[in-house]
Amino acid sequence: MTSRSDGPILLETRGLSKQFGGLAALHAVSLNIHHGEIFGLIGPNGAGKTTLFNCLTGLYTPSAGEVRLDGQRLNGLKPHTVAKQGLARTFQNIRLFSHMSALENVMVGCHVRTKANVLGAIFRNRGTRDEEAAIRSKAHELLKLVGVDKHAHSLAKHLPYGDQRRLEIARALATEPKLLALDEPAAGMNPAERVALIALIQALRATGIAILLIEHDVKLVMGLCDRVAVLDYGEKIAEGAPEAVQRDPKVIEAYLGGSIGGAIGQPA
Amino acid sequence: MLLGVLLAALPFLVDAGLGRTWVRILDFTLLYMMLALGLNIVVGYAGLLDLGYIAFYAVGAYLYALLASPQFGLHLPFWLLLPLGALVAGLFGMLLGAPTLRLRGDYLAIVTLGFGEIVRIFMNNLNAPVNITNGPQGISLIDPISIAGVSLGQTHTFAGIEFSSAHSYYYLFLALTLLVMFVSMRLQDSRIGRAWAAIREDETAAEAMGINTRNVKLLAFAMGASFGGVSGGLFAGFQGFISPESFNLLESIMILCMIVLGGMGNIAGVLLGAFLLTVLPEALRSIGDFQRWYFNRIIVDPADLRMLLFGLALVLMMLFRPQGMIPSAQRRREFKHDDAPQEPAPLYDQQK
Ligand SMILES: Nc1ncnc2c1ncn2[C@@H]1O[C@H](COP(=O)(O)OP(=O)(O)OP(=O)(O)O)[C@@H](O)[C@H]1O
Ligand SMILES: [Mg+2]
Repeated sequence: MTSRSDGPILLETRGLSKQFGGLAALHAVSLNIHHGEIFGLIGPNGAGKTTLFNCLTGLYTPSAGEVRLDGQRLNGLKPHTVAKQGLARTFQNIRLFSHMSALENVMVGCHVRTKANVLGAIFRNRGTRDEEAAIRSKAHELLKLVGVDKHAHSLAKHLPYGDQRRLEIARALATEPKLLALDEPAAGMNPAERVALIALIQALRATGIAILLIEHDVKLVMGLCDRVAVLDYGEKIAEGAPEAVQRDPKVIEAYLGGSIGGAIGQPA
Repeated sequence: MLLGVLLAALPFLVDAGLGRTWVRILDFTLLYMMLALGLNIVVGYAGLLDLGYIAFYAVGAYLYALLASPQFGLHLPFWLLLPLGALVAGLFGMLLGAPTLRLRGDYLAIVTLGFGEIVRIFMNNLNAPVNITNGPQGISLIDPISIAGVSLGQTHTFAGIEFSSAHSYYYLFLALTLLVMFVSMRLQDSRIGRAWAAIREDETAAEAMGINTRNVKLLAFAMGASFGGVSGGLFAGFQGFISPESFNLLESIMILCMIVLGGMGNIAGVLLGAFLLTVLPEALRSIGDFQRWYFNRIIVDPADLRMLLFGLALVLMMLFRPQGMIPSAQRRREFKHDDAPQEPAPLYDQQK
């Protein structure tokens, strides 16, 4: 496998912590993700993976630490500014605009890279019409890319589960991210869908987008990621090439010793 | 085409069939249609429950009244007052919007309700120490609207046809209602309209997808308010007299009822709702005459009966057709397949 883990750093977190009352959901987590890399984030339930995503994307304010994307500080930025800076995400609990069509969902994703204002909307001048047409065709393309184009005009909430997850990816891609953060994108997908998802993620990486992937399916993570970090109780306990991490005694301990008792390799 | 002819002939038909009062009711219907379309932007499109919307109507009305009446001896022309009313009301919309940006649902409703009352109370009390609004007495002798030197307050004869004041106002209001409709339609089907729908659906997801929810919400408040301001100015000129009385909470609720009843988010529905809730109460006034004729005396006060029937209609409506009479495509979908409204998903997974 070609390793992309030696290029310039795209996302950097330094000592990132998040406290909920007495609970340290994240404790001094430092990560580097490089341009064009597929970076896996694993860990038992409640380890703080989603919390990390929320801190990166501005939905939570970190208690301490720093986040930088391409050298730009993201701390304190509103979520919409983070998206503008080039960090887009999907949600573990699917959060589509359920009563809008699949196409409209993706079109909303284009919002941040377009600029028609109220006057444009009312007068529909040349520029606005062109922009609107461009948004529409880009949304169609993205739907095709993730394989949901046959449902373009169905309501998001009527899509099969796996398609909803893919639609979330298309919507995030519409914001033209440098880094795409996927929170358990394979959850609820059947094996065939998983294979398609792997192909999609690889295709995305080939276009130069870096991917941060939370996933419980260890086979998927190991086969796909250039590097992997493991979180346990809010702390990073291991990081490195997938094979090395898999053999790390601390990682095995975290998974076997966890209250779930499930062996590594089983989706939660 | 046919519709155009009908709309043009309507005041004459109504005048011939029902009398001059009904032409005035028609004028009011158009004013309420504009108001309802404005509130629809805030509530129907952006999903922000605003219970103080009448405040913007008040702002528009008072602005017109103060700048075109003997109150300050100012008599600014209509073509200036119309856009000014939209602008100032729009600013007030942002003023209301700004502190409510973080609020959702019930909390937003309460704060906007308070805002509506504050504006009314200000109008009521700004007569001392400096008299601005004349307090509860209100402002009278407001200039009728005058376009290109033709005052709509008087009867005119064109080409042998007599246009009463109510007729002339009808055409002005009709033109502006059509304009407001057009703007609503264009906004709904645009980048901005999609952003409004997105924050209505899931504000957190919208924000995470790069929508500046603060700006987009302020825009909804400002646009809705500016429609309200325009109709307020028209109301002041048409009526010739305004007082804080006209801008109470019940009016806000009435306009909200119009859009809920007709079909939130759908322009045709909103217009129908405004029409029904303006015309039906007037029609029900005749219940008094009917009672006098049939029983020789008034048994139930028609005003009470009106409120009773109105309340009953609303309850029945919410029970049997909560999406409104002509729901928007989106509302229709919402009510078709589900069940209870969905809670937005939490940001994190509860421990399994
Ligand atoms: N907003 C919040 N308020 C309080 N506690 C929170 C909040 N968000 C997360 N937590 C807690 O922080 C811890 C980490 O949660 P998080 O959702 O990040 O875990 P996760 O690694 O994504 O788990 P899973 O694999 O189940 O998705 C959990 O104990 C969770 O209950
Ligand atoms: Mg999670």
